[in-house]
Amino acid sequence: MLRSRIIPCLLLHDGGLVKTRQFKEAKYVGDPLNAVKIFNEKEVDELMLIDIDATAHAQTPNFALLKGLAVESRMPLGYGGGVTTAQQATQIIASGFEKVSISAAALTRPALIHEMAEAVGAQSVVVTLDVRKNKLLPGHTIYTRNGTEKQKASLLEFCQQAVELGAGEIVINSIDRDGEMAGYDLELAKLVRKTVSSPVTMLGGAGNSTHMQELIDAVGVVGAAAGSMFVFKGPYRAVLINYARPDRLV
Amino acid sequence: MIAIIDYGSGNIAAIANIYKQLKVPYVITNDLGELAKADRYVLPGVGAFDATMRYLNDSGLVATLNEQVLVKRKKVFGICVGMQVLAESSDEGSLAGLGWIRGRVRAIDASLIPASPKLPHMGWNSVVPKADAPLFAGVDAEQGFYFLHSYYFDAADAADVTATVHYGKELPCAVAHGNAFGMQFHPEKSHTNGVAVFRNFAEL
Repeated sequence: MLRSRIIPCLLLHDGGLVKTRQFKEAKYVGDPLNAVKIFNEKEVDELMLIDIDATAHAQTPNFALLKGLAVESRMPLGYGGGVTTAQQATQIIASGFEKVSISAAALTRPALIHEMAEAVGAQSVVVTLDVRKNKLLPGHTIYTRNGTEKQKASLLEFCQQAVELGAGEIVINSIDRDGEMAGYDLELAKLVRKTVSSPVTMLGGAGNSTHMQELIDAVGVVGAAAGSMFVFKGPYRAVLINYARPDRLV
Repeated sequence: MIAIIDYGSGNIAAIANIYKQLKVPYVITNDLGELAKADRYVLPGVGAFDATMRYLNDSGLVATLNEQVLVKRKKVFGICVGMQVLAESSDEGSLAGLGWIRGRVRAIDASLIPASPKLPHMGWNSVVPKADAPLFAGVDAEQGFYFLHSYYFDAADAADVTATVHYGKELPCAVAHGNAFGMQFHPEKSHTNGVAVFRNFAEL
């Protein structure tokens, strides 16, 4: 039976890995190649790497780094950060990644989703949306550029549009819950699940396997992604790369 | 010597790395002379069916591989789209496949999948290998493999199906006919199960 995917999400910053809290306070947590090797040992379901510098500094992806990571990886890899053309997506897949994620570029020019699907296949195209829960009105607002730029597009409508254009997966990253380790936004997960038929992955808020179990219980087969819980241990957030799955994945 | 056929497919490096760690001699090449010297082939896959066939046709690889696989009976192992092109044709494209294993690549019927997520079929899924399928020796079938696809190999002869996966219905996920083998999932990204498959192919 198809199982939920338990996905460590690692942030690349200045050549190293960091973990943020509400997209701020980036704390160094290690070397990316070393992390890939540890996650190999732990037989991780899938790994997501996001370069948080690339779009912010208008840089192209660091292909040499990606290639080096892909050679070592025994698990499927997704990459996001700074991708603005289908040609770059092709190059990332050719580097040995299975999936390429876009965010700001998808909102600026949704046709890119279709162009990427034509180039690398819809199964390899991921649209990641960073969102904040609205303070007064119901619903969520999409942000880009590490949470600094507010977008007008309606979240659920854009999810639908992205899938129609050829996105094979939607990743929803909750900025409010980033690094808080207090659980996923389950209501948001249910809304997105109802809106699109493609695979959905939730990121932001997981602090332990119970939180992941709650997500799976709420929406069924899902991608449960997390940063903090896979790189920190204990109440003082000591850096320790680790991995655990909930008992039930379906 | 195993030749990993180089046509810009992304999973080549990961496959080569597995053989390196298994200490199995391999070469990554698209040189026709070099290919003729190898005794078995891995055909990795990336992208679309027609794009892959176009490359194989235009580069002259088809004639060389036909000679090595059909006449000299050397073993070949297609992965993902590399497996799909072993078929005669595909719903995804209009070009003819290599036709080494009879059948057509078809789109997975999303209407048979009871709940979302539907397509693509993404993630780890259990497989049901045939008891005597040599590439699955030592594989934990319940743990299974990583899948990422929306098309599957509909083999014309059920005897050519060496493993199935349940997704909407029982779908073939591995095929074999004579010296040609194929797998839809990604063994190069499936941890110890995947390593077992590559070792099995090297020892066939």
